[in-house]
Amino acid sequence: MMTNIGSRLTQGQFSFLPDLTDVQITAQINYALERGWAIGIEYTDDPHPRNTYWEMYGNPMFDLKDPAGILKEINDCRKAFPRHYIRVTAFDATRGWETPRMSYIVNRPAVEPGFMLMREERDGRSIRYTVRSYATEKPESERY
Amino acid sequence: MSNVRPISSDSPAAATTKAATAKRYKAGVLRYVEMGYWQPDYVPLQTDLVVVFRITPQAGVDPEEAAAAVAGESSTATWTVVWTDRLTACELYRAKAFKVEPVPNTGPGTKTEQQYFTWIAYDLDLFEEGSIANLTASIIGNVFGFKAIKALRLEDMRVPVAYLKTFQGPATGIVVERERLDKFGRPLLGATTKPKLGLSGRNYGRVVYEALKGGLDFVKDDENINSQPFMGWRDRYLYCMEAVNRASAATGEVKGHYLNVTAGTMEDMYERAEFARELGSVIIMIDLVVGYTAIQSMAKWARKNDMILHLHRAGNSTYSRQKNHGMNFRVICKWMRMAGVDHIHAGTVVGKLEGDPLMIKGFYDTLRDSRTVANLEHGLFFDQDWASLRKVMPVASGGIHAGQMHQLIHYLGEDVVLQFGGGTIGHPMGIQAGATANRVALEAMILARNEGRDYLREGPQILRDAAKWCSPLRAAIDTWGEVSFNYESTDTADFVPTVTASA
Repeated sequence: MMTNIGSRLTQGQFSFLPDLTDVQITAQINYALERGWAIGIEYTDDPHPRNTYWEMYGNPMFDLKDPAGILKEINDCRKAFPRHYIRVTAFDATRGWETPRMSYIVNRPAVEPGFMLMREERDGRSIRYTVRSYATEKPESERY
Repeated sequence: MSNVRPISSDSPAAATTKAATAKRYKAGVLRYVEMGYWQPDYVPLQTDLVVVFRITPQAGVDPEEAAAAVAGESSTATWTVVWTDRLTACELYRAKAFKVEPVPNTGPGTKTEQQYFTWIAYDLDLFEEGSIANLTASIIGNVFGFKAIKALRLEDMRVPVAYLKTFQGPATGIVVERERLDKFGRPLLGATTKPKLGLSGRNYGRVVYEALKGGLDFVKDDENINSQPFMGWRDRYLYCMEAVNRASAATGEVKGHYLNVTAGTMEDMYERAEFARELGSVIIMIDLVVGYTAIQSMAKWARKNDMILHLHRAGNSTYSRQKNHGMNFRVICKWMRMAGVDHIHAGTVVGKLEGDPLMIKGFYDTLRDSRTVANLEHGLFFDQDWASLRKVMPVASGGIHAGQMHQLIHYLGEDVVLQFGGGTIGHPMGIQAGATANRVALEAMILARNEGRDYLREGPQILRDAAKWCSPLRAAIDTWGEVSFNYESTDTADFVPTVTASA
């Protein structure tokens, strides 16, 4: 169990708020669509802070402009991976950005065991740190 | 040179020109306007560097002569005619003042003595590639102490794309910084460890750990935290990295602490930066007082070592605050984007330090836009194409707290680091709670903004609603809700009818 104030992983834009409702998620989808950003859904059972490449639940939806359709995709992903972390990312293709502009978690496991900090003592009091997810002691797709 | 026309050698015009040239180079003293530094018909080239100065001439010096003097003394002129000019293509090396205008709301009938804006063009060949030191030695090297002018201020500078392309620019930039940190769509949150002086390494790291675990992304060394008797730099780095890594494991987020590598010599700075890198820090910092060349060196080092480079603008107000003399901070912003820093303190609007909202908008645009458009109300005299130099993340720090979140996001946008030092560490329920209050206020406000709510007007209500379920935020609002710093700014726009008050 994580010991931070919300006992939860705090990646993403809104992890310090109560879980977003579908109405709230729809408003965020609209914000991205109004700016021409494409929405992608990604899931993982390895939420290490440096795990950049969560699995894609399909490609970013460049051509889907209907917020209800995008919400349905999110909910389908939640049904398929109910105990995984799921995040919604908005991709901006504008020159000078060409990078994600939004990223927020919309699904997480009921219990979040968090991470162990491993220390390797080295010369001159230096320590090499490694962060390991407790969940990843089990193989992929058998975690949580 | 576009304005020099060839004249055939046997024409009457040529005879006149010969006579004029002989007169021009006769030993003695000429007025600067007669030496070629005042050229009202000159049309700047795309490759010229163009500068706007604010001049307060001495009594009896007309504005064109003052402008020509500034052009002269910042390029080829000295106080008397020298024949050695004729060994050179001196027309090219002469800076050309081509426009003078009275500054609005100065002169007779106002509280301020008469000032003038002058526009001066410098040929590209006056400057060494990739050297802020050379650029500044030319433009501000000599002329600010010149007797014929009472006061002088460098207001803005258009840097030609050709010259910009000789600079590395920000080592990391906003886009890459966000990708490395995996943080998108909201301002980043930071705090400066307090008290500034006296904490041991062990005690210092405690503050860092609590603030990061509570929800901040960054904690920061203060500008004068280097390596003093109470805390050596190696101790600080070791304890801070323990704090950063502990907090990262406790939250699952990438966290950082700006390790200040400022030191007495470049060799010491490199040694400290190397140690920060070995320990796995994502970010280091330097102070503006290390100097332009040291900043460029550290920017190159940072690019080479995948390090974010934070710059604290220590000392800038000694020359940027007063309107009549020195240089505007927007010019520092331009030079620092060229020099290659990733973060720079650029004002808060609502906090304890100097900052008119319109002026600060101009600074932020200068740091973040791919192309800034001339906007006199924001103090931007020129269109500036940034030639794909990366974007600098502005940092807002000094006397800000969670209760101002709606104003901060309104004025500063989302690509900014909001630093709540006292507003985190001084929280009545402790440092972690202080950090949580700031993060909850931030996320609640971004959520509301994205939902299309009028968050600037509804901001206090949005915060009160979040405070119902977040007791740290409630305590923050109860403690600081009414604190504000309403003083008139000194560095304000010249092109608006009234002074804009800080909100």
